[in-house]
Amino acid sequence: METLIYTALFAPLVGSLFAAMFGMSPKTLLTGVVTSLLLFVSFVASVLLLQHVMAVGPVHATLMDWIVAGDMRIPFGFSVDEVTAVMMVVVTLVSTVVHIYSNGYMEHDKGFNRFFSYLSAFVFSMLVLVMSDNFLGLFIGWEGVGVCSWLLIGFWYHRKDESRDVNPSISPAWAANEAFIMNRIADLGMLIGIFLIYWNVGSLQYDQVFASVGQMSHGLLVAIGIFLFIGAMGKSAQFPLHTWLADAMEGPTPVSALIHAATMVTAGVYLVIRAHPLYSAIPEVGYFIAVVGTFVAIFAASMALVNRDLKRIIAYSTLSQLGYMFAAAGLGAYWVALFHLAAHAFFKALLFLGAGNVMHAMHDELDIFKMGGLKKVMGWTYAYMGIASLALAGIWPLAGFYSKDTILEVAFNEHTYGIWFVLWLTAGLTAFYSFRLVFLTFWSDERYKEYGFHPHEVQKYVLWAMAPLAILAVIFGWWKEEFMAFVTRLLPAYEMNEHTHHMLGVLIVVTLAIAIGGIVVAYLMYHKRLRRNPKIEASLPYRILSNQYYIPVFYDKAFAKPYAELSDIAWKEIDMQVVDATVDGIAKIVEESGDESRKMQNGNLSDYLKWMAAGALILAVLALVAALKS
Amino acid sequence: MIGLSHYLILSAILFSIGLVGVIRRKNLLMLFFATEIMLNAANVAFAAISSYYHDLSGQMFAFFIIAVAASEVAVGLGLLIVLYKKYGTLDLDNYTMLEG
Amino acid sequence: METFAFYLFSILIIGLFAVTVLSRNVLYAMTSLAAGMVLISGLFFLLGADFLGVVQLIVYVGAVMALYAFAMMFFDATSVIKEKNSSATTVFLLGGLSAVLLVVIFAAPSIGGNLQPLYPSPDGASNPQAVGLVLFTKYLVPFEVAAVMLLVAMIAGIILAGKKMEHRITSSEEENSGEKEMK
Repeated sequence: METLIYTALFAPLVGSLFAAMFGMSPKTLLTGVVTSLLLFVSFVASVLLLQHVMAVGPVHATLMDWIVAGDMRIPFGFSVDEVTAVMMVVVTLVSTVVHIYSNGYMEHDKGFNRFFSYLSAFVFSMLVLVMSDNFLGLFIGWEGVGVCSWLLIGFWYHRKDESRDVNPSISPAWAANEAFIMNRIADLGMLIGIFLIYWNVGSLQYDQVFASVGQMSHGLLVAIGIFLFIGAMGKSAQFPLHTWLADAMEGPTPVSALIHAATMVTAGVYLVIRAHPLYSAIPEVGYFIAVVGTFVAIFAASMALVNRDLKRIIAYSTLSQLGYMFAAAGLGAYWVALFHLAAHAFFKALLFLGAGNVMHAMHDELDIFKMGGLKKVMGWTYAYMGIASLALAGIWPLAGFYSKDTILEVAFNEHTYGIWFVLWLTAGLTAFYSFRLVFLTFWSDERYKEYGFHPHEVQKYVLWAMAPLAILAVIFGWWKEEFMAFVTRLLPAYEMNEHTHHMLGVLIVVTLAIAIGGIVVAYLMYHKRLRRNPKIEASLPYRILSNQYYIPVFYDKAFAKPYAELSDIAWKEIDMQVVDATVDGIAKIVEESGDESRKMQNGNLSDYLKWMAAGALILAVLALVAALKS
Repeated sequence: MIGLSHYLILSAILFSIGLVGVIRRKNLLMLFFATEIMLNAANVAFAAISSYYHDLSGQMFAFFIIAVAASEVAVGLGLLIVLYKKYGTLDLDNYTMLEG
Repeated sequence: METFAFYLFSILIIGLFAVTVLSRNVLYAMTSLAAGMVLISGLFFLLGADFLGVVQLIVYVGAVMALYAFAMMFFDATSVIKEKNSSATTVFLLGGLSAVLLVVIFAAPSIGGNLQPLYPSPDGASNPQAVGLVLFTKYLVPFEVAAVMLLVAMIAGIILAGKKMEHRITSSEEENSGEKEMK
């Protein structure tokens, strides 16, 4: 079984290193094929591991002792239990699809090899993150995915900066730095959490930490829970650290599908699920998490309502769905959060890849107001995105229906009707903006002709590669019972009470109703042609929404500008006047003393002899002093 | 009674005389003489210690020092002759090839 | 008797060597050096190192001094040497200080008395016998190496000072002309 673990873990690393060897050379198809194959190997190994875990139980492997210093002993170990197995299969499946897809998508890109190197490195880091059996390994993976995300968002780093009005994310390089820095802020919180754990438990192994939850004081648990959640907030882009996710759409679309929809951003949710014994002990923090998640769900959905950028809409919907996951996890229904995580990974990756197809066809145009009527030329993509949008909107019998509906039931069951109501409303908004996107892109009048685009369908193998995701987006929800039975072997089971059971039918109908309602509204508004109302677009709420509540601007003014000025002072006043001056002074002293002592070397042998005698004398004095001391 | 220290002090004085010669004289030949004095000072010290501790190692070293001194004189005088032929002087102040 | 001899030798040696170091005339310097060497061999005899004293006489007074004497034929030896002697104070300060220091350092272990003989002299053997025993057993390898070194030095001396060599190290004019005459 250890072989399987290492195969699953290291195959992407091998692929990454292989592609890195050709990193600077022009495109070689080989790198794409090799990395995809290795990813497939990793996927197969993950599936076998899943089967093994199902049949036998968790597997554990220790690669080596990593840090051994005094009382501190941190092995570099991996454990594959129910949650990890699910995460591994999801990650490797989506990664494999995205790798194959990228072969087509990045076909004409100069950085083809580099791209695959980064992408495989990301998968490796993500696997370290989910497979590690201790918090430190998780943190390594956490940082690893952060670095890969930075590399991939800024993949087209050579593009120029633009003003915020032209491009809300300014430039890929800017967006990459923003993502990285936001995550650093959050990681500080997470590190403090890990330090607190180590300080109080003396170990970072999951099993030991969670075993000692009972002995820790309540206040300490709350502190650890909150600090870890801050880390999760950064990675999963929860308010107020959410701005980077939408800007991260500057990266290539397969990256958005893999990293910023399916895998990396769910790491925060994974962390909360992983630390469920901790969070179960502190329900008030859990409630806080649920509230944040709920807020982000509707907050992000509202921004998606008016956005015109194809990828940004999907990014906001990702944000919104992450909010759902946190709401579920915060309310104690960890398995539901994991279920939604997996389902979301499938349909959101599919949605992004579909969006990538559209982008490809429209020559990197992202404005959905300039599209329309694409279903005639891009039938397959239309079908895929339709399926994904239906799943996202939560229409029976697709995957999203099962997972999202369960979250709503949980919220109802917990008597947190406020949360339930907001999430319910968000479900309607989700349906509306998803289908606004679909109708504006694939239905209505063919506006692209005005702009001189000649859309075409992508390569056949790319479409085939997307098929597994589409199938899973449809059928994944049907395995809800099996999934629950499997993961609740590790996670706490969640029981609905009598009252909820009675109301179940009503709840489902109500939820479905608002989802269908959202779709119908979108259909009425957009299925024929793009209707724009200048009055609404000029109104204050619309402007607030389309400017993302002015939060990026606020961050810019409140944090970035003062910090830049502070740095300016530090540079010109402190660094140049104090630090540089000191260093230059030392150099000057050395130079001048060298100039002076150079005169000693005058070429006269007799003088040299004198110096030699003086040196010998000094040595003799030193010897005497040393002898007297001892 | 003459003790070991007497010899050692004599040796030190002779060594210092040699040292003075080395750093004072400018003529290369005189430098060689001064070097011989220093080597002999060492020999005296070796022989004295050897004698007072009843250990022949000191005398052995004195032999080897004499051998080294003889070699040094042979090679050194050869070099001196070459130098004298080339520059016509043995005064150290005239050799400034080493100036950096 | 021994005390008297030691002090006599010491004073004479110091005086002669001082003449060597301070004299302006090379001939005086060399003569007094040779005399000092002879007296040092006297010290060796006093110390019971008979063989060493003999070697001192033969090698130093016989060979080395003869070499110097011959070498001086090449130089303008008889003339008084003109030297620019810079500040004598520093020179004597350095010399004096090192003398004091050396005395202190040398005296320290012998007063402490913590030295142990490594190869004690064999009993009942005269000094040359004992020297021979030690030299050809414990110090055989250094002895052979010293022999090779002397050979090398001899060859080096011949080459450096020699005139009839095919590959000359020097290239002065007079040497070339001299060579022609010889031929």
